[in-house]
Amino acid sequence: MSLLAVEDLSVEFRTRRGVARVLDRVSLGIERGQTLGVVGESGCGKSVTALAMLRLIASPPGRITGGRVHFDGRDLLALSEDEMRQVRGNRVSMIFQEPMTSLNPAYTVGDQIAESVRLHQGLTRREAIERAAQMLDAVSIPDPARRVHEYPHQFSGGMRQRVMIAMALACQPDLLVADEPTTALDVTVQAQIFDLISELREKTGTAVMLITHDMGAVAEMTDRVAVMYAGHVVESAAVADVLREPLHPYTRGLIACAPGARTVAPGQLLDEIPGTVPSLVERGAGCLFAERCAHVQPRCRAELPPHSEPAPGRTVMCWLHTQ
Amino acid sequence: MQRTLVTVLRRLALAVGLVLAVLAVNFTLIHAAPGDPALVIAGEMGGADEATMATIRKTYGLDRPLHEQFFTYLGKSVRGDLGTSYTYNRPVIDLILGRLGPTVLLVLTALLCAIVIGTGLGVLASRRPDSFGSGVVTVFSLVGYAMPVFWTGILLVILFGKVWPVMPIAGMRDVRAFGAGPWQAALDVAHHLVLPAATLAIVYLAQYSRLSRASMLEVLGSDYIRTARAKGLSDAVVTFKHALRNALMPIVTIAGLQFGNLISGAVLVETVFSWPGLGTLALDAILGRDYPTLLGVLTFSAILVIVANLITDLSYRWIDPRLRGR
Ligand SMILES: Nc1ncnc2c1ncn2[C@@H]1O[C@H](COP(=O)(O)OP(=O)(O)OP(=O)(O)O)[C@@H](O)[C@H]1O
Ligand SMILES: [Mg+2]
Repeated sequence: MSLLAVEDLSVEFRTRRGVARVLDRVSLGIERGQTLGVVGESGCGKSVTALAMLRLIASPPGRITGGRVHFDGRDLLALSEDEMRQVRGNRVSMIFQEPMTSLNPAYTVGDQIAESVRLHQGLTRREAIERAAQMLDAVSIPDPARRVHEYPHQFSGGMRQRVMIAMALACQPDLLVADEPTTALDVTVQAQIFDLISELREKTGTAVMLITHDMGAVAEMTDRVAVMYAGHVVESAAVADVLREPLHPYTRGLIACAPGARTVAPGQLLDEIPGTVPSLVERGAGCLFAERCAHVQPRCRAELPPHSEPAPGRTVMCWLHTQ
Repeated sequence: MQRTLVTVLRRLALAVGLVLAVLAVNFTLIHAAPGDPALVIAGEMGGADEATMATIRKTYGLDRPLHEQFFTYLGKSVRGDLGTSYTYNRPVIDLILGRLGPTVLLVLTALLCAIVIGTGLGVLASRRPDSFGSGVVTVFSLVGYAMPVFWTGILLVILFGKVWPVMPIAGMRDVRAFGAGPWQAALDVAHHLVLPAATLAIVYLAQYSRLSRASMLEVLGSDYIRTARAKGLSDAVVTFKHALRNALMPIVTIAGLQFGNLISGAVLVETVFSWPGLGTLALDAILGRDYPTLLGVLTFSAILVIVANLITDLSYRWIDPRLRGR
């Protein structure tokens, strides 16, 4: 049984222009100890997927309208709020894109790491601070005994992301969700953070869901990859298969961009794929990628393609690959 | 800790300079105002001829040049001698010290109620910004903010004086309570404090609830709140530990900035409720052209405001560790 199996997860946001269907029947899965890469242009719903899994979507304006999130045999969407809180930060932890603002400026990093451990593992304050220092050491922050008592503003961006990782892994979760952990960082620091995540994953056996724009990182670090476009998972497969033979035209575009510019900044459109992401408020009947697709057929504009399974463990959502 | 101490000392040095400046300005202003204090003093004694007037001027130093009068005043006030009241014929410092307690009691009670209740309402409203309760808090804030202090005061006096006489509407103590034990006395003062403190608090309470609602809404949308929720913390811990502390910043800023307004509000409230504080003393001094007393009260108010600002600065450092290094 998979550690995590998201099935048909749908999320809507109320906006001024109407209800936006931001996730439309998203499905993905992660096995124990494995790494799943989630890629796609800015705004395609990667962060919303991650937040919805942990039921952290602000409501209003957001709402989970359907689906299931099976985690270790239970449907997270069916848990009570209390039970859900025992999952967050304990079994599943998250790190975010913005290390500069993701830590509370009013408390020391030690307090913030210790808070999780005290909450979920019932350690005393002193034990928890000790654990916090060990965690800082584990993420290679020098002089942890001293730095554990310092405040976030005394750390650089890369260091803060290390602190976030320390905090996320302090309770030895089964799954670490890393939402573009390096986007806000210098290129040299990005590689260090990726290395750190890989190293800790190997050491602890934690499964990782790595959301990123960085196809290079996906190629190096992940086992499987899910490609998202406008709230759909348009392709998912083992990473080697996708790199060798991308099926969806959008995936091909993404990979074509990858070698030259390894990363795409958030908000920046991909040069190789012309056009823009369509409005999520007025989804037409057809494939949402149709307007940008080089292989578009009349059928693509009329009808949304189903998820087909061209090979075991491989799905794609495109009329080109349905039999 | 040591840095904080250095800051406090530096701020204190600045404060002394500030008090001196305030003193100089007030002194000049008062002497520029029309009206001859010698006439007032003579009036107190039942009128006088030119010779007596000259004697009065000489006794009170009013015949000296203004800057000389100022330095004499300064020299004496440093030693705690603020002159003698023309009206009461008692040392001004004694009058002020006698009235300082009631004013501080009134102002601090009002401020504390306004901050605690106002922030509490704001926090509640921020948790469900679209709810009915949140709307009620907003309307209440606008109404409270729009009501002038003296008007609220007079309304309360009418309400509790005539319609529903359960609260004393004037003074600080009941004559009948004199001679009772300290507990009864305290209770008596508290009872008298309710209406004036409420009057003064309402305006600020309204402001703090609005401000804290806005501030909380902003903080609740920030990344570190999302982090806190993702850790599995309960709503209460997220709201009160992670959000409120950061949302306090603007509240403390406004509280510090408005302390001066609060004191001038206290003058009105004291007048409406005959509260025996600095405000009523100041009013009497203005009406009676009792310059030394007026000057003394003004100086003390300035000191109160400066102390309040110092406390504000120190609270910043407690709330936001980023400010501690400076
Ligand atoms: N609070 C919100 N209110 C309204 N719409 C939202 C909200 N949060 C997200 N959305 C919408 O959901 C869609 C997906 O957003 P999401 O943040 O998941 O994108 P993303 O794939 O993570 O992009 P990025 O790479 O820039 O992080 C976007 O179109 C966005 O406008
Ligand atoms: Mg995102």
